[in-house]
Amino acid sequence: MNTKQLSIFLENRVGRTKEVIEILSKEGINILAFTIADSAEFGILRLIVSDEEKALNLLKNAHISVIPTDVLWIEIDDKVGALVETLSKLEKNNISIEYMYICHCNNKPYIVIRPIDMDKCKGVF
Amino acid sequence: MSRDEMRDLQGKRLHKLVSLVYHNTPFYRKKMQELGLIPDDIRTIDDIVKLPFTTKQDLRDNYPTGLFASERSQIVRMHASTGTTGSPTIVGYTRKDLAIWSEAVARCLSAYGVTHNDTVSVAYGYGLFTGGLGLHYGVENLGATVIPTSTGSTEKHIKLLRDLGVTTLACTPSYALYLAETISKLGLTMKDFNLKTGVFGGEPWTNEMRKEIEERLGIKAYNIYGLSEIMGPGVSYECHCQCGSHIAEDHFYPEIIDPKTCEPLGYGKQGELVFTTLTKDGMPLLRYRTRDLTSLIADKCECGRTEVRMTPIVGRSDDMLIIRGINVFPSQIESVILEMKEFEPLYMLVVDRVNNLDTLEVQVEVKDGSYSDDINAMIALKNKLSNKLKSVISIKADVKFMEAGQLERYEGKSKHVIDKRNFNN
Repeated sequence: MNTKQLSIFLENRVGRTKEVIEILSKEGINILAFTIADSAEFGILRLIVSDEEKALNLLKNAHISVIPTDVLWIEIDDKVGALVETLSKLEKNNISIEYMYICHCNNKPYIVIRPIDMDKCKGVF
Repeated sequence: MSRDEMRDLQGKRLHKLVSLVYHNTPFYRKKMQELGLIPDDIRTIDDIVKLPFTTKQDLRDNYPTGLFASERSQIVRMHASTGTTGSPTIVGYTRKDLAIWSEAVARCLSAYGVTHNDTVSVAYGYGLFTGGLGLHYGVENLGATVIPTSTGSTEKHIKLLRDLGVTTLACTPSYALYLAETISKLGLTMKDFNLKTGVFGGEPWTNEMRKEIEERLGIKAYNIYGLSEIMGPGVSYECHCQCGSHIAEDHFYPEIIDPKTCEPLGYGKQGELVFTTLTKDGMPLLRYRTRDLTSLIADKCECGRTEVRMTPIVGRSDDMLIIRGINVFPSQIESVILEMKEFEPLYMLVVDRVNNLDTLEVQVEVKDGSYSDDINAMIALKNKLSNKLKSVISIKADVKFMEAGQLERYEGKSKHVIDKRNFNN
């Protein structure tokens, strides 16, 4: 399925990630997936949260640079070979990936994929 | 020469100069007519205060050659300096101007103790910048051996310094320290070299830097000052006393003025340095405002020279920055940022000196709609700005993306520069 990921621009400085996450936790928003892509001077924090509308508003009100991004959110089986199965589907359908990461949520593994072309994924998952 | 003899000579030269520009430069004739002046009103050097000032803007307004006072057929060389808004400033020299220039540089070299037995590596940039060729012809005029190293490969330069037994190094002070560092990285010591003397200029430097250069390179480090509008390097120089730079005031008449009121200030008072080119024919300038802040010392120097000396430059009366010897105006950077719609119209420049090399960081905020979740796109945006800046200011700036709201918003006059280098000690 499709879901919205929140991509947040962060300067590299001590404590900044905590400050941002705290804004969400204080309002009872749960973080389902979390990853940071970093370059030398800045990072992009990528989050999937329990209430994306609310989180988006909270972050915007705090003047944080955030953009909602469409990603694929796919549940996979917790067993050897499950990841290969998913990746094979991508390969067969000629889908290139910009980035992907894995998270564990409600005792189930999920895979988050940002494909180069979202439209191509329709009907594949 | 006594002070009185010097003033007498300066007065005579000024009288001739005023007549030259009145009859050959429409810009000056108009300015003098507006002030109700004719050349004969200017007879002694004290009359100079009656004359109009010249600014960098006047040079730009008269681009390219409007301020030349000689026929184009008499001009044998032109140089150009970087401009703030695309147009460079052009300067032109007659054969006589070049002879005086090389003589002025030879005079500096003699004061540093350089003779025809020395070998000088000139590691200022050759080309439109006056540093390289200016030094070059001065060394030839003196009869010493010149090596036109220019800028570029440091390791190759070090090899030549060693293998050719170079005794004198001419470059920016920050490059001298970079050389020292590279020499020790290569596992060489100063015993492998024959260096004695350094000729450093093109950017402000401190006594601490001088001490460090002298210790690390085992040389005596002397200041050379100049600016292309007046001539190039060789306008002033230090003697072995290293207590201020002697101005070649038989060619370049110095004044200090209050940069706000333009009132002349006396010796010892700090203000803006102003030069009149007493002997130049190609592009002579009356009372050119350098924007450099310094003061003048009229007392006879311990070395015996009677020329007026200038103290080290402590800053600028405009917002120009000198970074790695290159003149940079914040307005140049501003125009690049404002042109790119991906950024907020805000910026902060942080200038520092790291390992003796000047660094420039340009902090910007990306506009809300221009953020990307794709890190490669963000890096590409950073490179795009960095490349645009490079093409305008000629040096590489480190672009730093700030989070929204991190750059201070000013209500009145904004502060755009943090200069962490300290030139005031």
